[in-house]
Amino acid sequence: MSQDPNARSGPGFNRRDFIKGSGAAIAATAAVTAAQEAIAQDAPAKISTAGPHKVTLQVNGKTHELMLEPRVVLLDALRNDLNLTSCKEVCDRSACGACTVLIDGKPIYACTRLAIECQGQKIETTESLANGDGVDVVIDKFVEHDGMQCGFCTPGFAMAVRGFCNMHPKASKEDCRKGLGGNICRCGTYDGVLNAAYEAAQKGGA
Amino acid sequence: MAERTIAWPKFGQAQILGKDTPRVYDGAKKALGLAKYAADMNTPGTLFARLLTSPHAHAIIKSLNVEPAKQVPGVKAVHVFRGVDTEVRWEGELIVAVAAERPEQAEDGLRAIAIEYEVLPHWVDDFDLAGAEAAKITDKGEPLKLTKSQGNQKKGDVEAALQEAKYVHKGTYGSAVITHMCLEPHGSHCEWKGDQLISHLSTQNVSGTAGQFAGPLGIEEAAVSINCEFIGGGFGSKFAADEWGIACAQMAKETGRPVRLMLDRGTELKVAGNRPSSLAEVTVACDADGKITAWDSNHWGTNGTGGGTVSLTVTPYVYDPPNRRRTATGIVTHTGPQRAWRAPNHPQACAYTQTAIDDLAAVAGIDSLSFVRKNLDITGRPAVYAAQLDIAAKLMDWQAKWHPRGKGQNGSVKTGLGLALHTWGGAAHAATCLVKVHPDGTVETFLGSQDIGTGIRTSIGVVAAETFGIPMTSVRVHIGSNKYPKAGPSGGSTTIGGVSGPVRRASQEALWQVLDKVAAKHSVDFATLAVKDSKVWSGDKEVCTWKQACSLLGPMGIEVRGEGPKDDGLTSAQVGGVQMAEVEVDTETGIVRMKKMVAIQDIGLVVNRLTAKSQVLGSLIMGIAYALSEERIMDPKTGRFINADLENYKLPRIGDVGELVVEFYEPESEYSRGVIGIGEPPVISPGAAISNAVANAIGVRVPILPLTPKRVLDAMKGA
Ligand code: FES
Ligand code: FES
Repeated sequence: MSQDPNARSGPGFNRRDFIKGSGAAIAATAAVTAAQEAIAQDAPAKISTAGPHKVTLQVNGKTHELMLEPRVVLLDALRNDLNLTSCKEVCDRSACGACTVLIDGKPIYACTRLAIECQGQKIETTESLANGDGVDVVIDKFVEHDGMQCGFCTPGFAMAVRGFCNMHPKASKEDCRKGLGGNICRCGTYDGVLNAAYEAAQKGGA
Repeated sequence: MAERTIAWPKFGQAQILGKDTPRVYDGAKKALGLAKYAADMNTPGTLFARLLTSPHAHAIIKSLNVEPAKQVPGVKAVHVFRGVDTEVRWEGELIVAVAAERPEQAEDGLRAIAIEYEVLPHWVDDFDLAGAEAAKITDKGEPLKLTKSQGNQKKGDVEAALQEAKYVHKGTYGSAVITHMCLEPHGSHCEWKGDQLISHLSTQNVSGTAGQFAGPLGIEEAAVSINCEFIGGGFGSKFAADEWGIACAQMAKETGRPVRLMLDRGTELKVAGNRPSSLAEVTVACDADGKITAWDSNHWGTNGTGGGTVSLTVTPYVYDPPNRRRTATGIVTHTGPQRAWRAPNHPQACAYTQTAIDDLAAVAGIDSLSFVRKNLDITGRPAVYAAQLDIAAKLMDWQAKWHPRGKGQNGSVKTGLGLALHTWGGAAHAATCLVKVHPDGTVETFLGSQDIGTGIRTSIGVVAAETFGIPMTSVRVHIGSNKYPKAGPSGGSTTIGGVSGPVRRASQEALWQVLDKVAAKHSVDFATLAVKDSKVWSGDKEVCTWKQACSLLGPMGIEVRGEGPKDDGLTSAQVGGVQMAEVEVDTETGIVRMKKMVAIQDIGLVVNRLTAKSQVLGSLIMGIAYALSEERIMDPKTGRFINADLENYKLPRIGDVGELVVEFYEPESEYSRGVIGIGEPPVISPGAAISNAVANAIGVRVPILPLTPKRVLDAMKGA
């Protein structure tokens, strides 16, 4: 970062700044791991921004070609470019799970994944849980048990539950309590979510 | 039978009302992520705004150059909130907004802005009263007094009562500032169609915000359309258009493009509201029987630059002893301003009152539950609380689990029990509902209301479907637009009564019009008619289907308006509630773990049991949050809110809340009181109940909420 973080507040010093700062490095390698991030963080401050690139994303079974700068996170690409707004921006730093999507079947926080890293991977957003006329059992169970209030955390939570059930079919309630700790709900819907997750898990993976 | 009287169905006769009704209209939509919030609006050409905010708690802007930002690729508009020579009074105050084709370009724009501040001395400590009195701070060059008296009231003879009392206890109790932490931040998406402003605003106040845009924008209120089908949390903080909403509309006007401006998480927490803190020095006394005779308290805290704290009027909370003195002082801090937070004032007052009273019980050697029972006569709802305590004690198995304070298990992990009582109004707000009955039997309701997560959309459907004897799916519920008949803001637990009354009134009158046609057509006595299962009945004889009945209305159908609140018994106010908590405290780590909470809530007539229960469950979880983990942490040195993010601002997760047991207190006498809002009351008791349970477990009081491991260990060290 070329600026003194003390000089500004607001979004001036956050994870995206870091991603932007390290944009050139990322464009070169097209993938960045946590370990590389840690190294990049110590890299010299003067880094130039890479311009838009063609990024091909496979989302909910469809292929999309977008022109994105390497610093664009998957969350923004999904929300702003593809209008898939089930993926919510809440904490912007892998703390709350509101942006959960499945990548190659595994729940991932889209706010801290670069879109460019996700090329060639199978991305599923919560919208994909509507299939034809029906909906995934997870959605039915969320509605049945009122696992939602304002609903802002709900799609991310539902996707986390879908991923969890895929990985842990027949999970116990205790398993659900332990395995779904990656999502935050401010309205306090955990009781309904727990019942929904438990019953969905009994139906196994999808 | 059709009677031309506005009333709810007789007790036990309702078909849908009071049952568990899932969110049939919007549940799947929300869970699938198809529900569109203000933050999700993406109309073609939308620009994205980002904000430059003050990094200083108190400073003067010495220079500001936004010109370079305008040259940044993609940047389309720059809006200055505060220019040169403006004094900023808290970290996070908005300085500039930049709107660009993409959010990352807007952030580039912010980086290009050159700004210099003259940093001024600040004060952010809300508990150091002596320090605040001594501090030398200026505002616009004038000396600023940081403490403000918030009143001093007296009743009876406190000194004499303290003299005569058998047991007197003195202690200090409090709660930290917390934020609303709405997961959808404040903000809007604004777009102009000619001279019409279309705002998708994240608001609890659909019918009341158009004027807030119109005034500053210099346009007619009629030219403003406010839309909010879904809102991602408000909790009392989203009643206004706010300066950032106006800026969004202005940038949209200037660019001729739609603009979306949502606060980023840090700014959201710093500027968009918080719940005031309070620290109370309490002296409380009782006689040999454990009857509270005197209360004497002095509390202080902050609500930001306003210099307010928790209101005196709710002190002491729920209990009203014959002799009391209460004093409050607000501390001006360079922190963002307060906004109403779910049950304003009550949770904090409960937390410093019912902890002090529980300590007095321990001093008197009386178990907590008996002590509360002995003092119910100085509460507003003695009979209700008494009955609720019995139910709660049974569900908690209080008798079997109880041990005197600190006299539980020998090991390092100790369990404890605590309880607290609360009260709330929950009267109906003003609203008008338009009901349309179409010739094909479908029904539409229109209200300029909002569903802030309580399930009000579903509840409106329940009332209409119940009244017309048709399924929920035959009713279309329209809310979320200021173009519908006006409805009050969703605050103070006023919405369920506010909307269900007008919906019922309009629906009943519309039904009578339909039944008049049926009576004439089929030559039956109106008084014998009733609707059920989409049919019209005369006694137990089917007269016609609902659809056939509605076809008698002619091609235009009918439209009826219902208003409220009215004095016809559909709604009322005033509820009491009791909560009990069971915790486990690890005395080596200081970690408090929730084992179980029991909530018994007085509610009046239940409209939708499922969503009403969700309100109580959600309140318990929000209560656990402020009792155990969440707080705003201000750094005294820099004046910054150092945990303004979801990583360091700690909220409970799914495995942290223990077993939650919710039961409504609803004898027939409650049903006949009509509908009362309960979105807020159950969030009041958890702080005191959990604190009391921790004191019961470890034998000492942890004075300030949240009861973090550090505070627990500190309290134990002091013991
Ligand atoms: S927004 Fe991605 S984890 Fe919170
Ligand atoms: S339902 Fe509102 S945040 Fe979870």
